[in-house]
Amino acid sequence: MTEVVPAIGRSIPRPRAKRLISGRGRYTGDITARRTVHVAFLRSPYPHAIINSISADAARSLNGVVLVATGADIAQHCKPFAGIHRLFKGMKAPDQLPVAVGRACWQGEPVVAIAAETRAIAEDALDLIEIDWEPLEGLGTPEKAVAGVVVLHDKLGDNIGYDGVTASGDIDAAFAGAAVVVQDTFRFGRHTGVSLEPRSILAAYDPSDESLVVHESHQCPAQQQAVFADLMGLQEHRVRVVCPDVGGAFGLKQQLYGDELATCIIAKMTRRPASFIADRVESFASDNHAREHVVEARMAFDPDGRIRGLMIDDLFAVGAYSQYPRSSIGEASHVAALTGAPYDIAAYQARVRMVYQNKPPVGHYRAVGHPIACAVGESLLDQGARALGLDAIAMRRLNQVRDGSGPHTSHSGFVLNGLSVEATLDRVLEGFDVAAFRKEQAEARERGILLGLGIANFVELAGTGAPYYGESGAPVTAQESCLVRFEPSGQIRCHASATDQGQGTDTAIGQAVADAIGVFFDDVEVISGDSMACPSGGGAWASRGASAGVEAAVRAGRAMRDEILRLAGLILQRKPEQMTVAGRVIRDASTGAELVPLKDVATIGHYRQHLLPPGTQPEMSMLRSFVPQNQSFLTTNGVQLSVVSIDPGLGDVRLLRHRVAHDSGTVINPMLLNEQIRGGVVQGLGAALFEEIRYGEDAVLGTGTLMDYLVPLATEIPDIEVVHVANADPGTTIGAKGAGEAGTAGAAAAVLNAVNDALALIGASVNTLPITPERVLAAIDQVTREDQQAPGNYK
Amino acid sequence: MKPTSFSYHRPGTLPEALALLSEYQGAARILAGGQSLMPLMAMRMARPERVIDINRIDDLKGIRDAGDTLTIGALTRYNDILRSPLIAAQMPLLAEAIGHVAHHAIRNRGTIGGSLALADPSAETPATCLALGARIVAQSTSREREIATDDFFDGLMSTALEEHEILVAVRIPKRPTALPHAFIEFARRKGDFAQAGIILAPAHDGMPENRAVIFGIGPTPWRSAALEAAFGGEGFAAAPKAALKDELNVYFADDEAAAFKLPIVMTLAQRAFARLKP
Repeated sequence: MTEVVPAIGRSIPRPRAKRLISGRGRYTGDITARRTVHVAFLRSPYPHAIINSISADAARSLNGVVLVATGADIAQHCKPFAGIHRLFKGMKAPDQLPVAVGRACWQGEPVVAIAAETRAIAEDALDLIEIDWEPLEGLGTPEKAVAGVVVLHDKLGDNIGYDGVTASGDIDAAFAGAAVVVQDTFRFGRHTGVSLEPRSILAAYDPSDESLVVHESHQCPAQQQAVFADLMGLQEHRVRVVCPDVGGAFGLKQQLYGDELATCIIAKMTRRPASFIADRVESFASDNHAREHVVEARMAFDPDGRIRGLMIDDLFAVGAYSQYPRSSIGEASHVAALTGAPYDIAAYQARVRMVYQNKPPVGHYRAVGHPIACAVGESLLDQGARALGLDAIAMRRLNQVRDGSGPHTSHSGFVLNGLSVEATLDRVLEGFDVAAFRKEQAEARERGILLGLGIANFVELAGTGAPYYGESGAPVTAQESCLVRFEPSGQIRCHASATDQGQGTDTAIGQAVADAIGVFFDDVEVISGDSMACPSGGGAWASRGASAGVEAAVRAGRAMRDEILRLAGLILQRKPEQMTVAGRVIRDASTGAELVPLKDVATIGHYRQHLLPPGTQPEMSMLRSFVPQNQSFLTTNGVQLSVVSIDPGLGDVRLLRHRVAHDSGTVINPMLLNEQIRGGVVQGLGAALFEEIRYGEDAVLGTGTLMDYLVPLATEIPDIEVVHVANADPGTTIGAKGAGEAGTAGAAAAVLNAVNDALALIGASVNTLPITPERVLAAIDQVTREDQQAPGNYK
Repeated sequence: MKPTSFSYHRPGTLPEALALLSEYQGAARILAGGQSLMPLMAMRMARPERVIDINRIDDLKGIRDAGDTLTIGALTRYNDILRSPLIAAQMPLLAEAIGHVAHHAIRNRGTIGGSLALADPSAETPATCLALGARIVAQSTSREREIATDDFFDGLMSTALEEHEILVAVRIPKRPTALPHAFIEFARRKGDFAQAGIILAPAHDGMPENRAVIFGIGPTPWRSAALEAAFGGEGFAAAPKAALKDELNVYFADDEAAAFKLPIVMTLAQRAFARLKP
């Protein structure tokens, strides 16, 4: 074996990837259990309708059908639940049940569950169910919801789930004294995560000991264990949730779904394992949605371009219910926290309203709220630059929070630690010649092509701390833990509470533990995604793997190393601090001389304790935890740059170039980090140009398949350049920062600004995402009508 | 996403397939490449009682040079057409059009006959065959008949094919190799169905009239009188532009949601005519 070299900082491939690409993935759908029943749901075809009666006799008598359960049948076996986040005072959320009882409140809501010997039989049985529906008016737009055309839940009094204001400084004075005020209304389309592996669950209930074992494609096994136990009235230590390989999650597999809870209940009712795997069509109608904001925003400037004040009013339209257990408020609260956050803004006012409408629940999707905040703030800044005739980059430099200024309390009252906004902007512009671009832009215009350059700064909340969910009342922890085991072989197993859905969190944890102990990366095995086998912890959300998950692993690894050296010291009669673990041996720290194989220490610790001095108790495993105790969020920042071309005759926007500069702190694995950011950028580019779940005014779903809901494909995506500013997080041992949100946080804003930079050449602009050909053409049509010019002739 | 149960037949010859189709008239669907039928069945939007898989019928595959025409068997895959030297030499417009069809995995399975029989108004193949003045060959147990593509597409995903007929081939008049053409479409993403597309195919000995086809708008691909009137002029002049606008507005009157495509078609028309110039 060669000398051990540090694993951190190296692009080590994910061990899991080899298994997955060779077809040996173990997804929930790959796990089989004898006598499994397959569950299908009859879903409401109406956005809003009373269920007068359900006739299910024909379905029940179909050969192969095991159980037909209505919402009322399912409700016998669980408590109702409401997605209230207690940090947000005055928040209102209706009670919900796994399957609709009496009334369906969105198109796709489960109404009847059928368990059968095969999924095909279950689907056959769905056809035999007759429901007497009484359709009601549906709320399909944020405006209709806020106006209260229909009050969705009588007990709430209106459709407003939350209405709150964040403010600092003297906003009236800021706007009254401004040289220029820009204002706009931004609209953001509704999205969903579109994971390759759909939501999947296999639940097995054993009545003899009242235990429930659930395999589930999910990010948070510990949370799901708590939720299933609580809602089904089971003892929590008899509930086990295993999240095996998960094929993408992006936040959509982070909360509780009624159909998944119903599947657990069906396992209990039938006393047979129950499997539910969402198909692509029901995924669009039932997976958590995200975004859908209408933001009215104003920004006030001094003549030199300094921002005097910022006001936003975010109307955030969620679904018929607030998601459980984390609630649906997160996105709006992040919009309030982050709009304009990269800048020093003396006066700020953000009103956010969360309103209910007849659509599936809104959950958390990658970069919760960040893309909205970034697009609004960065677009207003560009508009200010245009109004003042100033350079938008110079204006950013003028207003940016200074680097190295220590903890900075943002306009929204968040403590932002160790930002590097100045450094990331400099870094993204390195090697990018803005003057040359302007020349190219002018030449392209002669050929009828509009080129645009967009820049977007963003601050990220990456790694949630204790207060945010600590105050929520939900069984959600911000603490991560890692159990490191020094095995008899001298190799290492670690059991992490952080989970991995393809990001490579396991790999990063393995790298951190290898270095903390001093062993080879290949001698470390990481086990995660099992609420029984792993310590309790958050799982995966809000970019916590590299920050909190790795920190717990480093601490556990170091404690294990100390214990190994203590035992070695007792065996060798040396001082532990004079030795190091180096690969598979222990060496003299000063001479490097090989002292003893690591395996020998393990053998004595596990099998030959009598050789140790009397009274010695070896500890062959170590558990350590980490929680950002007093910070709501760990923070970092980045910037994105986009170059687009617009064909004004077609309204077609093409992405030519995309660059990201990000402060990821200490880089654990450059390859995984860069691909994490690139993947995020692609989802952000989807938001910018393609992705939108369309609903009619009455909340009828208009996008049923991937032919209607367009995700970007490789052919649409330019090369994404990623560069870093390594500004270590002062709050953790190795200083790694989260990067999962970064790509998605700023990509759409950079594209929006690039498109508007291009459209500004002809006096047009857009303020609605995604920027479809239809919307570009409408924007052009508006200015050409004013100019009496025929479309397609912009020279 | 599981189809309803169905009986599956896999005849080895065309007469067997025709006999089955005739026997189960109305209850059977022909399975060729399966790129549309399979998802429709999985979503239970199509629920045939019987599926007749014609993939084993070798007589339906391949491209034949029949003198004045090329005959392309219904079961010929997109990628076989795309890679055919005969098509590249004699029918480059068809090869160019099929280059826009979806992605490799789909082109490996999808067939020209399947696409024509499905008659998706946004698909490239039906529109291109119409622009090329092709004739559809339909076979039943009793007879073979040819249908001009002008008479073939008679409504949204509806054709002149009768229930007991199988589309067995398409016959396309050969084009002089020096003759220019234009194929232009606008799709949101590469490989998507077109938002709109225009094909211009000037007349020749085997096709007496200039043909201009618009697809992606309306229930079928259609020959545009306004565009056909513009052939031979100096580019796409103002008069045909106005005529095209009038023509399109007839369609958009029934489909307001598609009306934003008007400037797209106008732009495509202008660019298509520019491509015809030597």
